[in-house]
Amino acid sequence: MPELPLLSLLIWLPIAGACWVLIAGERGGAARSIAFAVALVTLLVSIPLYTGFETDTHEMQFEEYATWIDAYRIHYHLGVDGISLPLILLTTFTTVLVVLAGWDVITRRQAQYMAALLFQEGFMIGAFASLDSILFYVFWEAQLIPMFIIIGVWGGPRRIYATIKFFLYTFLGSVLMLVALLYLYREAGSFAILDLHHLRLGLTPQILVFIAFLLAFAVKVPMWPVHTWLPDAHVEAPTGGSVILAAIMLKLGGYGFLRFSLPIAPDASSELDWLLIALSLIAVVYIGFVAIVQPDMKKLIAYSSVAHMGFATLGFFLVFRLLDAGDVQGAMLGVQGGMIQMISHGFISGALFLCVGVMYDRLHSREIGDYGGVVNTMPVFAAFMMLFALANSGLPGTSGFVGEFLVILSSFKANFWIAFLAATTLVLGAAYSLWMYKRVIYGPVANEGVASLSDLNRREFAILGALAIAVLVFGIWPAPLLDLMEPTVRHLVEHVGQSKLGPGL
Amino acid sequence: MTDLYVWVVLAPLIGSVIAGVFGKSIGRAGAHWACILGVGVSTLISGAAFGHIVLEGGAAFESTLYHWGRVGDLTLEIGFLVDPLSATMMFVVSFVSLMVHIYTIGYMRDDPGYQRFFSYIALFTFAMLMLCMSNNFLQLFFGWEAVGVVSYLLIGFWFQRESAIRANLKAFLVNRIGDLGFLLGVAAVLFYFGTLRYSEVFELAPSLQGATLSIFPGADWSVASLICILLFMGAMGKSAQFPLHVWLPDSMEGPTPISALIHAATMVTAGIFMVARMSPLFEQSETALSVVLVVGAITALFMGLLGLVQNDIKRVVAYSTLSQLGYMAVALGASAYAAAIFHLVTHAFFKALLFLAAGSVIIALHHNQDMRSMGGLRKYMPVTWITSLLGSLALIGFPGFAGFFSKDAIIEAVHLSEVPGHDFAYWCVVIGVFVTALYSFRLYFLVFHGKERMDEHAREHLHESPWVVTVPLVLLAIPSVLIGWIGIEPMLFGDHFGDSLFVLSEHDVLARLGDSYRGEAAFIGHAFATPPLYLALAGVACAWYFYMVRPDLPALCARRLAPVHSVLVHKYGFDLLYEEVLARIGRGLGSLFWRIGDRILIDGMLVNGSARVVGWFSSLIRQLQTGFLYTYAFAMIIGLVALMSLFVFLRMQGHS
Repeated sequence: MPELPLLSLLIWLPIAGACWVLIAGERGGAARSIAFAVALVTLLVSIPLYTGFETDTHEMQFEEYATWIDAYRIHYHLGVDGISLPLILLTTFTTVLVVLAGWDVITRRQAQYMAALLFQEGFMIGAFASLDSILFYVFWEAQLIPMFIIIGVWGGPRRIYATIKFFLYTFLGSVLMLVALLYLYREAGSFAILDLHHLRLGLTPQILVFIAFLLAFAVKVPMWPVHTWLPDAHVEAPTGGSVILAAIMLKLGGYGFLRFSLPIAPDASSELDWLLIALSLIAVVYIGFVAIVQPDMKKLIAYSSVAHMGFATLGFFLVFRLLDAGDVQGAMLGVQGGMIQMISHGFISGALFLCVGVMYDRLHSREIGDYGGVVNTMPVFAAFMMLFALANSGLPGTSGFVGEFLVILSSFKANFWIAFLAATTLVLGAAYSLWMYKRVIYGPVANEGVASLSDLNRREFAILGALAIAVLVFGIWPAPLLDLMEPTVRHLVEHVGQSKLGPGL
Repeated sequence: MTDLYVWVVLAPLIGSVIAGVFGKSIGRAGAHWACILGVGVSTLISGAAFGHIVLEGGAAFESTLYHWGRVGDLTLEIGFLVDPLSATMMFVVSFVSLMVHIYTIGYMRDDPGYQRFFSYIALFTFAMLMLCMSNNFLQLFFGWEAVGVVSYLLIGFWFQRESAIRANLKAFLVNRIGDLGFLLGVAAVLFYFGTLRYSEVFELAPSLQGATLSIFPGADWSVASLICILLFMGAMGKSAQFPLHVWLPDSMEGPTPISALIHAATMVTAGIFMVARMSPLFEQSETALSVVLVVGAITALFMGLLGLVQNDIKRVVAYSTLSQLGYMAVALGASAYAAAIFHLVTHAFFKALLFLAAGSVIIALHHNQDMRSMGGLRKYMPVTWITSLLGSLALIGFPGFAGFFSKDAIIEAVHLSEVPGHDFAYWCVVIGVFVTALYSFRLYFLVFHGKERMDEHAREHLHESPWVVTVPLVLLAIPSVLIGWIGIEPMLFGDHFGDSLFVLSEHDVLARLGDSYRGEAAFIGHAFATPPLYLALAGVACAWYFYMVRPDLPALCARRLAPVHSVLVHKYGFDLLYEEVLARIGRGLGSLFWRIGDRILIDGMLVNGSARVVGWFSSLIRQLQTGFLYTYAFAMIIGLVALMSLFVFLRMQGHS
C-alpha cells in the first residue's frame, strides 16, 4: 500500500467534510451526523500519525512537498515534529467533543455551525503542519473566519462588539507578521520555515522581526496587556466556540513562539527575554487576582486561561537565562513544561467551558450568583467539575500539575523570585477555581432554577468522561507525551543556544 | 516485593473507586466492605513489612514502579522506599485508618452520603500511604497534595452547611500557602542536587555545607537553610504549625471519623514525617532546626492555651492536636527525630481514641457537641468513659502511659539541645504540660462527671454506642496504654529506625539521653524528680477544683481576666487577620486590577482609545476625500511637484 499523505488528509478531510455538511444542509438533522462522522474519521486518521511517529529524531516527519506558487518559491510543504504533533492530536480529539457538544444545543442553522467547526479544524491542523511560512500564514488567517462566524452568528447579546474586538486584535497582530515574513523572504530567498531557521541576521533586524512576531503571537496566546479580547470573546461565544478558542486557538500563539520567534530570532529573544518573562509573570499573578473576582464563570475561566498560558510562555523564555548558565537540562524543562502546559490547558479549559455550557444550557446563565448547591441536583456533574476545578488549580495526578511543576522547577534554576512569583499560582489557582466551585456547586439549593436541574445526559457524560480520562492519564503518566517531544525540544534548545548574528554585524 | 507493596496503596484506592463510582449499585454494605477490605489488606501487608524490616531487622526495600517522565537526563519516577521509618508510618496509618473505617459504619449509619464517605476515607488512606512510601520528592509532593485535596473533600463532606464549605476552602488555601514553599523547596533540591530521588539527595547532602545563594542582592543565604525552611513551610501547612494553624480547628466541620483520621494518623503527621525523612538535609542547617524548634514551641504552648476556652468537645481535642504537633516539631528542631516519630505514633493512637470517644459522646447526644450541655455521662457510657480516661491520661503524660514516655523524652531532649532558641522551647513545652493536663481534664470532668446538664429528652435516650463504635475504642485504648512502655527503648535508644534517620553526632541529644537511660521503670522513676510530672498533676488538680468543686470559678476568672479571655476566644486574632484582612486585600487587588487595569487602562485607553484615534484619523482623511475629481487632481499635482522637488533637492545635494 502506498504511503498515505496523512497530513493532507487531516487538513482536507474536515474541509471537504464541511462542504459536504453545507450541501447536506439542515434537512432532517443529517448535518450533525455527517459532521460527527467526519470528525471521528479525522481523529482516527490522526492515530497512525502518532503510532508511526519516530521519537528518536528531531527531523520533520510525514513530510509532503509540492510547488504552489513557483514565482515566489512558495510551496505546499507539510510536516510534523514533536512540537506540532501533540497539538494536531489535541485538535482532532477536541473537535470530536465539540461537535458532540453542539448536538442538541445548537438548533439554529446547525449545519452551518457544524461546517464552521470542521473548517476550523482543517485550518488549524494546516497551521500546525505547515512548513512553509506563507502556507502557515494563509491557514493562520483563514482560521479567524470560522471563529468569527461562530461567535458572530451563534454568540450572545454583545457578540458584535466581541467579534470586532477579536478580529481587530488578532488581525492587526498578524499583519505585522506578514511584513516580517516578507522581510525574511528578501533576506533568505525562501519562505521555508526551516530555511528561515538557518538565516543569519544582525541584532537590529532580529529585534524588529521578533517584535513583529511578538505582536501576532502575544495577541493569540494571549499575553498581558493584549489579552482583553479573550474574556469578551469567550463570554459571547457559544460553548463549542469557547472550547475551540481556549483549547486550540490560543495554542497557535505558543506554537508560533516555538516555531518562529525563538529559532528565527534567537539573539533578539535572548535580548528581550526579560520582557517576555515579566509579561508571563504578570499573566500569572495579576490575572490570577483578576480571575478571583469575576462574577461570570466564563470570564473567570477565560482569565484563568490567560494565567495558565503565562506558564507556557514563561517556560519558553526561561531558555536563555538557563543556557547562559550552561544548563541545557533546565532549559529543556522549561520548554517541555510549557508545551505540556499548553496540551493540558487544552483539556482542562475545554472541560471547564463545557461544564459551564452544561449549566448554561439548562438555566441560561453564566453568573456565579445565579447558582448554588448544584451538587444536590447534579451530583455526577459536580464530581466531574470537581476534578476539572482541581486540575485547573494544578493538582498532582492531573495533567494541570505537570506543566506547572516542570516550569517552576525550571524557573527556580533561573532565579528564585521568578520561581516564587510563578508558584503563587498554587494559591491563586486554587483560590479562583475552588471559590467558584464553592459558590456554584456546594451549599443548599439556591433557587428554583437549581432545584429543577437534571443531571448529565449520556452525551454530556461521554464528553466530560473522555476529557476526565485525558486529564488523569497525562497527570499520572506524562511520559509518552514528554518522550514524544524530547528530541525536538532538545534540538530547539541547542539551536537557540547558537548565536545567529550575521557576519560583520 | 514490589508486587506486594504496590497493593498497600492499590487496595485502598480500588476500594475507594468501587465505593465512589459504583456506590449506588453495591449499596451501603458493599461500599463499606470494599473499603474495609482494601484498608485491611494494607494493614496486613504493612504489619508484615513492619515485622520484617523493623522487628527482624530485614533490609530496607526500594524499587521503582514506573517512569513518570523524562526530561533530558532527569528521570522522574514513582517508586517505593520501605525502610524502618516508612514501615512504622505505614503500619500506624493503615491500622488507625482501619479502626476509623470500622467505627464509621456506626457513626455514619444514618447519613445519606455513606458510600461517598467511605470512598473519601479510603482515598485519604491511599494518599497518605503514597506519601509515606515514596522514595522521591515528586511522589512525596503527589501524596502531599492528594492528602490536602481529600481533606478538602472530607471537611466539606456536609456540603450544604455554609460553615463546612467555608472551612474546607480555608483549609485548602492555607495548605496551599505552605505548599508554595514546599514546592519551591523541591525545586531547590533539584537545582542543587540534580535529582529528586531521596537516596541520591541524602548522599549529596553534606556537600551543602558552605553553599550559598543570593536571594536579595548582597545578602547570601545558606542553601541548606533555604531548602529546609522552604520544605518546612509545607510542613507548617500540613502539620498546622503557627502561623498556618488556622485551618485545623475549622476542619472539625467534617464528620468525627474524619477528624480522627486527619488529626491522628494522616495529614497532620505528614509534615512531621517529612521533616524526619529529610533529617539528612535538616542536619545541615542549624538555622532551619532553630526555626523548626521555635515554631514548634510557639505552637505547643499557645495553641494549647486556646483549648482552655473552647466549649465544643471536638474543638478542645483539635487544639490539643495542634499543641501536640508543636511538641513533635520541637523534637524535630532539637534533632530528636526519633522522639518526634515516637510521639507521632503514641499520639496517633491516643488522639484517634480521644476523637472517636468524643464522637461516641456526640452520637449519644444526637450530634450536640457543646460540653456545657453534657456531664455525668460515665453512668450511661461505661466503655466510652473508661477509654476516654485512658486516652486523657496518655495525652497528659501520666507516668506509664504512652504519652508519658514520648513527651518526657521530648522535654528531656530539648533540655539537652543546644540549638538556638532551646531555652524558650524548653519553657514552652514544660508549661505546655500543665496546660495540656488542664484542658484535657476540663473536658473529661465536664463530659463524664458532675451534674447532668443535658435536657430531659436527651437524657432519656442516652446509652452506650454500638459495638462497631466501642470495639475500635478498646482496640485503640490498648496501644494508648502500652505502646510507650514497649516502644521507648527500641525507638529512642535502639536501632528501630536503622539508617532511616540521620543525626550529626554534635546534635545527637537522644544519644546523650540514652547514656543515662536505665530501663522503663527507671525512666518513670526519674520523672518524679523533674517538674513536668508535677505540672501535669497540678493541671489535673486545677481542672478538678475548677470544674468539680467550684464550677462557678471559671466564669469568674473569665470575667476578671476579660482581656486575656477575649484574646483566647478570638484565637489571637489570626482568623480575623486572614479572613477579614488578607482575603479582603486579595479580592480588593483582584477588583482593582480588573476594573482599573483591564477595563479603564487597557480597554478604555489603549484599545478603545486607539480605536478612537483611528476614528479621528479617518475622519481627517474623510475630509480630504471629497469625492470631487478636481480635488484629487489637485492633490496629485501637489504630490508630483513635491516628489520632483525632493528628487531635485537630493540630486543637488549629491552634486555639491
